[in-house]
Amino acid sequence: MTEGISTEAISAEAISTEGISAKPVLRLESLAKSFGGLRVTDAVTLEVRPGELHAVIGPNGAGKTTLINQISGLLAPDAGRIVFCGEDVTSLPVHARARRGLARSFQITSILPGFSALENVALAVQARAGTSFSFLRSASAEAALNAPARAALAQVGLAERADVPAGALAHGEKRALELAIALAMEPKLLLLDEPMAGTGHDESARLVAVLRELKGRFPMVLVEHDMGAVFALADRISVLIYGRILASGTPEEVRADRAVVAAYLGDEME
Amino acid sequence: MVQAALTAPPAARRSPLRGNALPLAIFLILALTPLFAVFGAQAYVLSLVTRVMIFAIAALALDLLVGYGALVSFGHAAFVGLGAYAIGILSSHGITEILVALPVALIVAVLFAYLTGIVCLRTRGVHFIMITLAFSQMIYFTASSLAPYGGDDGLTIQTRATLLGLNILGNDRALYYISFACLAGAYLLCRALVASRFGRVYRGARENPLRVATIGFPVYRYQLVAYLIAGALGSLSGFLLGNATDFVSPAYMSWQRSGELLIMVILGGLGTLDGAIIGAAAFILSEEWLSGLTEHWKVIFGPLLVLVAIFARGGLLGLVARLRGAPHD
Repeated sequence: MTEGISTEAISAEAISTEGISAKPVLRLESLAKSFGGLRVTDAVTLEVRPGELHAVIGPNGAGKTTLINQISGLLAPDAGRIVFCGEDVTSLPVHARARRGLARSFQITSILPGFSALENVALAVQARAGTSFSFLRSASAEAALNAPARAALAQVGLAERADVPAGALAHGEKRALELAIALAMEPKLLLLDEPMAGTGHDESARLVAVLRELKGRFPMVLVEHDMGAVFALADRISVLIYGRILASGTPEEVRADRAVVAAYLGDEME
Repeated sequence: MVQAALTAPPAARRSPLRGNALPLAIFLILALTPLFAVFGAQAYVLSLVTRVMIFAIAALALDLLVGYGALVSFGHAAFVGLGAYAIGILSSHGITEILVALPVALIVAVLFAYLTGIVCLRTRGVHFIMITLAFSQMIYFTASSLAPYGGDDGLTIQTRATLLGLNILGNDRALYYISFACLAGAYLLCRALVASRFGRVYRGARENPLRVATIGFPVYRYQLVAYLIAGALGSLSGFLLGNATDFVSPAYMSWQRSGELLIMVILGGLGTLDGAIIGAAAFILSEEWLSGLTEHWKVIFGPLLVLVAIFARGGLLGLVARLRGAPHD
């Protein structure tokens, strides 16, 4: 595994920001995607290192969700490569990437509304615990699925809500449930697309606390509009504008970057 | 919010006995029907209820697709027809052994399900409906053109299927109980399926296929397996139907028949399995009753269906649940 990495070129950006580079969990190499004449992803090169929380920020329409969709496999890039844990996954379908440890949450809550909260998470446990081509045994009676599912629910503060139909949960609880689904996959990388979107002040504070707890245990890519949360949580930040990476670095470096302040943060930070 | 959290959800309140009470009642009634039939027009009652049970098997299979997978197949009669033709054609060549004919019927149906499934499962919604319809019409016209086997007119089955040379389907009561056993087996199989790991992934794909894929499941493969199983059950139904009517014809796989199967499932209540059996019974019994009243029975039946569709969302089972004030899911 390691020699596979060392033969591949380390991106200039990674060197400039930290000098040294551990084996990256995720590397995007000159990723490009256009919708018609509109370039939504323009030569994006980016690395996520082990244990790091990497935030991607930028104004609306900067191409953040498009980028996440390409990483998770919902969209195929026009050019460039996606290397996940040393493996080129650019042409793998969504489920195969998930199997390799790529978990994501959606900007618009994506859960199974007719399933209980527990069953939502148990399904995710099932994905990594043995075959799911098992036809006769009742899945809801399997402790091997329910115990890890309950643990994941507890981590996001939904332990008491396990038996509630997911569709009946409050909005913030649904966001937390999505996070629990991702955790139950025991991912190697978490892609979080605006996990705080649409949540109230208290709920988003709770989610920030959960993310802070998870930080370090999983590498994460966090797309978020809440700048308070981003600067509180992120180890590194990449600023995306018109599909291009304008700057990438530690929160301090990004905050001090004149181009970033002029193009984006100037309005956001006031 | 907290109070809402503390009140138990519907799933937890439902006792296992209540979940089983309805199917137990259904199967008890079906098991005892022949005993009471001796007091009336026995042959008529037996053949009518046998027909109900045979169509209930096909309806269960369709519920697996439509109710649990949101795969609205408008061609499920094709599988019924394939099963019936398998016994019809084999029987016309003197092969009546169940141990040969039934596997052939099932294998042909699974093969057809596979070949069509790999195409139609790549589509969704209206397109899925159209493609399943198109494939079943192909089979329908193929059967119509089978001149050696009666073409449009169909063919009469001279000898019912035999088991190791024994004419076990020979009398109506035996056929009744074999159909009963097949229905019970199909019902238990479907119930286990939807509750299994496989069923959870498959049901999840109905709710939110994208979420299930991003969790790591190849949704298409699970749907294909369900499609094969539903095809096999449809064929089993056709196999029994051929034996029960001593006759096979292309009409068994007409699109009208596919539509009737859909009506049964929707009438009874989608995604409940119990509803498929109740719907098949309600459809066939009311067809029988209304067609005895008037030749134009569909003039009455049509509006009744509209009323069920409007006022009983969730079908007859949904209606009963609502009348009892219980939450229907």
